[in-house]
Amino acid sequence: MHSDDGKNPKAAAQKGKRSIANDMAGKQQEISVTEFFEKNKHILGFDSRSKALLMGIKEAVDNSLDACEEAGVLPDISVSVERTDEEEEFRIVIEDNGPGIVHHMMPNVFGRLLFGSRFHAQRQSRGQQGIGISATVMYGNITTGKPAKIMSKVEEEETAWSMDITIDTKKNRPDVRNDQPFIWPEKEHGTRIEYYIRGRYVKGKQSVFEYLKNTAIVNPHAQLVYSDPEGKTYVFERATTRLPPKAKEVKPHIQGLEIGDMMRLARDSKQKTLKNFLKNDFSRISDRVANEILQLSQLNGDMRLSSLNRENVRDLVHAVSSVKIMAPPTDCLSPIGEDLIKKGLKHVLEGNRPEYYAPPVTRAPRVANGNPFVIEAGIVYGGELHSEGQVTILRFANRVPLLYQQGACAITKAVESIDWRKYGLEQRGGKGIPYGPAIIMIHIASTKVPFTSEGKEAVANLEEIGKEVALALRLCARSLKSHLNKKERKKKTRAKFDVVQQILPEIAEKSASMLGRPVPSLDSTITKIMNVVWIEPSSMMEKKGLRTVRYNIYNYTTSPKSFMLHSVLPKSCLNETIISDVLVEVTEEGKTTWKMEDLPPSACFELEFQLDGELSDVFGESDVFVSGLNPTMIMGAEPLPGDWGIKGMEISESENLPEEEEDEMEEEVLNDDD
Amino acid sequence: MTTTDRHERAVRELLQIVESVYDQIDLGDIPQMELALRSKKNIEFDVRKNVWTYGDQTAHRTAKTIKGATLMLRTLHMVDFIRDMIDNKHSSTLREMYYISEGWGNGKFHSQDESNLLAEDLEIISRCMREDFKLRPEEDGARVMGDLTLIETDRKGKRKTINCRDDVGDSGYSIPFNVEKEKVEMKSAGADFVIAIETGGMFDRLVENTFDEKSNALLVHLKGQPARSTRRFMKRLNEEMGLPVVVFTDGDPWSFRIFASIAYGAIKTAHISDYLATPSAEYVGITSSDILNYDLPADKLSDQDVAALKSELNDPRFNDEFWRSEIEAMLQMGKKAEQQALAKYGLDFVTDTYLPEKLSQMGILL
Repeated sequence: MHSDDGKNPKAAAQKGKRSIANDMAGKQQEISVTEFFEKNKHILGFDSRSKALLMGIKEAVDNSLDACEEAGVLPDISVSVERTDEEEEFRIVIEDNGPGIVHHMMPNVFGRLLFGSRFHAQRQSRGQQGIGISATVMYGNITTGKPAKIMSKVEEEETAWSMDITIDTKKNRPDVRNDQPFIWPEKEHGTRIEYYIRGRYVKGKQSVFEYLKNTAIVNPHAQLVYSDPEGKTYVFERATTRLPPKAKEVKPHIQGLEIGDMMRLARDSKQKTLKNFLKNDFSRISDRVANEILQLSQLNGDMRLSSLNRENVRDLVHAVSSVKIMAPPTDCLSPIGEDLIKKGLKHVLEGNRPEYYAPPVTRAPRVANGNPFVIEAGIVYGGELHSEGQVTILRFANRVPLLYQQGACAITKAVESIDWRKYGLEQRGGKGIPYGPAIIMIHIASTKVPFTSEGKEAVANLEEIGKEVALALRLCARSLKSHLNKKERKKKTRAKFDVVQQILPEIAEKSASMLGRPVPSLDSTITKIMNVVWIEPSSMMEKKGLRTVRYNIYNYTTSPKSFMLHSVLPKSCLNETIISDVLVEVTEEGKTTWKMEDLPPSACFELEFQLDGELSDVFGESDVFVSGLNPTMIMGAEPLPGDWGIKGMEISESENLPEEEEDEMEEEVLNDDD
Repeated sequence: MTTTDRHERAVRELLQIVESVYDQIDLGDIPQMELALRSKKNIEFDVRKNVWTYGDQTAHRTAKTIKGATLMLRTLHMVDFIRDMIDNKHSSTLREMYYISEGWGNGKFHSQDESNLLAEDLEIISRCMREDFKLRPEEDGARVMGDLTLIETDRKGKRKTINCRDDVGDSGYSIPFNVEKEKVEMKSAGADFVIAIETGGMFDRLVENTFDEKSNALLVHLKGQPARSTRRFMKRLNEEMGLPVVVFTDGDPWSFRIFASIAYGAIKTAHISDYLATPSAEYVGITSSDILNYDLPADKLSDQDVAALKSELNDPRFNDEFWRSEIEAMLQMGKKAEQQALAKYGLDFVTDTYLPEKLSQMGILL
């Protein structure tokens, strides 16, 4: 337990300005932290019966996921919610396959508020304050009078341990009963918590199901099993076996810190002098940078840290803003990554058959209030997504879904600030949440996500964050717009295809039969009408992880055509089916090139191969490009962009592709007759 | 030319279209059909016939576009259908053909307007009349009241002599869809002139007030935009019986177009204007100046009304001094009025005061 209050008389004198959380952590307070929370449950998010039920589960699942990742284990988590005989009472069980908790630590982890190693760690994790799970235990105790039952087994220990825990709210101390070892058959390691809670079970947007579903989207490496009070069981299967890279601890970055933050850090520091404090307690501060800051703020580096006053700190903060300092190291962050976001979205939403997944965007890390953060965004569009009303906004912070206070969240505000009409969504007056069949997903990963309250429900409205969210969304939105444009063009080319494939043959047959003559050949006419090379992509899922991709390439021109076809294939999914006479090369990054040589007029070439593996469903078959042929001669594929294959390229739409003359016949008929 | 001759000529002309499509495909070309551009940009005044007809501009309908190809396929089916009807001595309504097209694959009609327009296209291409194709419109005849005697051959071939005032009820004689000589023969007219009336309410007012007898008029109800048969009927009254035609409508941009279609020919049927239009027809009212002079209750022009008036200003048919000043006056005052607004001064005002005043100014009534 962290507590170094009182060591420093100056800091103690400024207690009134310090954050609530710190305040409450003070041992010298007459009212205990636990007692305070009991009276102010809403601060933790336990402010309504339905919310209380969800929050408890959320805290437990967040902890389980964190623990599994820390231990390098693919998470297997089950959640069960059951009604008991008592009114509004539920029995909740959450079990994981995490590393387990050492026996003597179990009471502290589940029975003391503010216990946890993460309180000061600068590292991305789900549970950031360490308040959550014990608050759940406490809330359960208070509302039902029943203890929580905790079971845990550490790998390679002979026995597991089980105990009942209640919290003594006066002393912030766990009260442990029935502490005993037991044999947990077939459990190598893991933790199980069982508690009772008075709550209300709801369905819809803020339900346990929704929370777990959204959790599955951003944690494609986890398997989640949910048994609901109606006795139904839902399994969110693992979509990948790739664990997210482990987040490292880092020191805070000095830029963006407020005066109060800096004062707290100075007070808690083990350094003796100001210069050492700057050099050793912050990241990216070299001797040279420290001197520059000191010079600008006109402070002496040898000054004792304990004598630093508010005015000094103010000057320091001021000086820092005009010094060029390297961005914080970003290996402390673990963004989900573009591939896995798409994977997660696809995995969970495929039932709705969305028409389009905009390539997700992971922005470069930025700094807000001294903490590095990364914004990731994705947009899913169309298909059977509900098209009535506003789009769905899925907000995530450090891989945790945010289900409450959407309106107060910086993410929502950033969504509202964009003129979505430019990108093909409806929006009243170009402001506010857009309308239509879309899901907008935003993830913020940070060593310290700035929430508006301890309930961790809404991201505080910091300028840097809002800006990054908007930038990420614009990138996705541009892809969406380009998809919609492509779809529109496709519709037009499809119309032309219908002409030559259906209507023209009917015209030929009908005229022939009316005149009693043989049906004429259409080849030459069709070629003249189309005068393009037509590429028709299609794909079929054979079974899980196996997909057949096919390109039908028609030469609807009057001469033989030679050209190259390009696509970026997921390298890990390639197999021998890719090998063919027309294959030219497959590069390290999966850039694949085929060559068509002298494809005769009116001929069709079928290019087919299979993708085998986890990422096979991430490939979009319509992202195919052609080179070596005048772009106006191609339909169904884009001309190869100049920056082909450069990571993060945005394929710009060439809007000036020749429009089809849809109607050459002017037929303006005034409606003035019978 | 006998009826049979006319039908045979129609089939011959129509099959030429089919042949041309076939030959173009056979030569490996993109098949196309050429027809007059049916737009107000392409109507010209025919000095010889005294009506507005299509000019020389043509439009190509090519199988390159989905619309053009669909129309071409539809044309083939329709020609086949017409040939079939003529062979089997059937006829059908345009609406029936719309339903029959269900079996035409990609060529089926999606609205009845499409079938009407295509029938007119075939008239233009083949220089035949839609009656020659055994196609008739789906419309109940407009009504006639007044001293006119005609002989109608009924469906059983019996010739009936009918006086359009004495032999009919108060709703008048109903104009059949075919008003050609083999069906309707004009015998004698006691009336001095024809007054064509836009609305049923006003027609009935004039009937009730016995305007036909008092002013020796032949009343014809237009029912809004007059059907082809109504226009043809009036043209025959004008040409064969020597009766002047005057047109009495609401005072709004749409009514101006009703008059234009009677007197100058409609844009949609400009290929047969000389057959349908009555160039000597005159406009009685309601005019813009009527609204002011008689202080008639008026409505504000809607946005569509204003757009229609502005479009009329560059319609060649309205390009004369009378219409330009009428249209500009209406735009300026921003008001329009219905025929029945005259009832402001009592039910007899229209027959006792308004029409006698206006018609004597025009020299129709003395």
